[in-house]
Amino acid sequence: MYVAVKGGERAIDAAHAWLAEERRGDLAIAELSIAQIREQLALAVNRVMAEGSLYDPDLAALAIKQARGDLIEAVFLIRAYRTTLPRFTASTPVDTASMTVDRRVSATFKDLPGGQILGPTFDYTHRLLDFALMAEGEAPAAPRSPAIGEAVPHVTELLDQDGLIEAEPFSDLTPRDLTREPLELPADRALRLQALARADEGFTLALAYSTQRGYGRTHAFVGELRIGRVAVEVELPELGFAVEIGEIELTECESVNQFKGSKIEPPQFTRGYGLVLGQSERKSISMSLVDRALRWKELGEDNIGAPAQDEEFVLSHCDNIQATGFLEHIKLPHYVDFQAELELVRRLRAEAIAAQKPEDAA
Amino acid sequence: MTDQAYNFAYLDEQTKRMLRRALLKALAVPGYQVPFASREMPMPYGWGTGGVQVTAACLTPVDRLKVIDQGADDTTNAVSIRRFFQRTSGVAVTEATAEATIIQTRHRIPEQPLSEGQILVYQVPIPEPLRFLEPRETETRKMHELEEYGLMHVKLYEDIARHGEVSTAYAYPVKVEGRYVMDPSPIPKFDNPKLNDSPAIQLFGAGRECRIYALPPFTKVVSLDFDDHPFQASKAEHNCDLCGCGTSYLDEVITDDQGSRMFVCSDTDFCATRQAEGHRGRLSPEAA
Repeated sequence: MYVAVKGGERAIDAAHAWLAEERRGDLAIAELSIAQIREQLALAVNRVMAEGSLYDPDLAALAIKQARGDLIEAVFLIRAYRTTLPRFTASTPVDTASMTVDRRVSATFKDLPGGQILGPTFDYTHRLLDFALMAEGEAPAAPRSPAIGEAVPHVTELLDQDGLIEAEPFSDLTPRDLTREPLELPADRALRLQALARADEGFTLALAYSTQRGYGRTHAFVGELRIGRVAVEVELPELGFAVEIGEIELTECESVNQFKGSKIEPPQFTRGYGLVLGQSERKSISMSLVDRALRWKELGEDNIGAPAQDEEFVLSHCDNIQATGFLEHIKLPHYVDFQAELELVRRLRAEAIAAQKPEDAA
Repeated sequence: MTDQAYNFAYLDEQTKRMLRRALLKALAVPGYQVPFASREMPMPYGWGTGGVQVTAACLTPVDRLKVIDQGADDTTNAVSIRRFFQRTSGVAVTEATAEATIIQTRHRIPEQPLSEGQILVYQVPIPEPLRFLEPRETETRKMHELEEYGLMHVKLYEDIARHGEVSTAYAYPVKVEGRYVMDPSPIPKFDNPKLNDSPAIQLFGAGRECRIYALPPFTKVVSLDFDDHPFQASKAEHNCDLCGCGTSYLDEVITDDQGSRMFVCSDTDFCATRQAEGHRGRLSPEAA
């Protein structure tokens, strides 16, 4: 005998309690602190800050803890928090040329002003499990050398002096704000970059990879990749000058792309740009490739119909919070729609079977 | 209990003002999809964030809120959204359709006719009725501008040519005041006639897609059809097994592993009210 389905409230309470217990795991194991996550899972924290569009390592670490390490869920927590924050002001543009770099590499020049600095990279590690880490030993201290103090100009600036790379016209226009206005297409480059900066790393990576494999090939080199800290400055109207309010870590990638010229542009190198909060190297390189692929129209290239060239496709699907929400909503009850479909399919089947009968008889 | 850390009904007043402007525009141009700056809400996109933002923009402290999903007040997501507003606004809530001033719904229109002064807020997953005929927003906006709905009529015609009837069972497209073709959200087409000439204000919110649209009271809403194939609202050919109603929309419930089934009203408030009035169905305890 059917009993009307009741008890949604009790079920939700019980599920939340169970989740809290599972999140904590075995009580005999020490609990993770926010500081431990912030310091020892820093790249996860960086990803959550980048895709959550909020620079706050402690909150990102909290979100990772609360989300049981599900980074997209953590990004969601940060986004939902971020949207409630009042907006006081906008900073002046950060100057990445005066970044204090931890890492700076160029794939296009062997040496260059400011030098190549490998920094703390996985690049030349052999991917062998380090079982010593299971023993929880102390890490050896890294050797240190004094900072050189030399200016670290952008590689693209150097190319620009010779006119070898497309000129990037200076603009003082206030960019549209994706978080305060609905996305309207066509989008300009600033808006595309804004969307890509918070886009899902996996999606951006896959799109960038697809361009390398021929779906909108852009012949990209990493002109320069730099990671480091920049000052954030704010103009205070009362004072009449900009004041530094803090520092953030950024990863910037400028790709340099071979370009044979088009109907409207002479042969030259072209640019792709990636800028991501925190140390997020894979994401920033991917972003610069996708940015470059999306610029086919302004450079007079052919649209070969590659996904990475399709602005509407890329911008409509790059946000993992939108994507995961809509994807997972199909878990919600759909009995009403399913019932309507059920009636329809039954009716169509009955009609189809009835229509066949006379032929069988004949 | 109201959560003091947030503004009344969660959203800040600037955001509500932005939403109200979009709502007023939507009411002024019935059926037109107004882009709005949808916010990230503390529930996932696709789970009613558009409806929640519209409700938040309309709620006042004296309102009485009803939230339904699939017609039921006690489905988990309806419970979750109702709790959200209880927590962030402290407004009164109800399950009685007639007593509610604002009803947020997913996939159903209540059986009991709505009255003047009530607001029905729909959660909308894909606001664009032309989306599955043309995936590009840039194209579909142009089609609406030019009132170019031929593609939709071709689709309906092809359905009839192939299956003998239109094979859309829910989210059946409508035309509003002879102008815009509109997606009524995934309500079963059984509910479509209730959209027309309703005394209530009907608001539609699509959070992920950043669109709001609306039907002001007493708007003419026509389900698309052909003269020789008129629109037909359909439902299961049964009566409710709990309240005996023969005209309400029914859910089919599988009751054992032999494939036995029963049919019950999807509108739980409607069904419970009828049972309280003494109506009985085939499987009511007294009848069985």
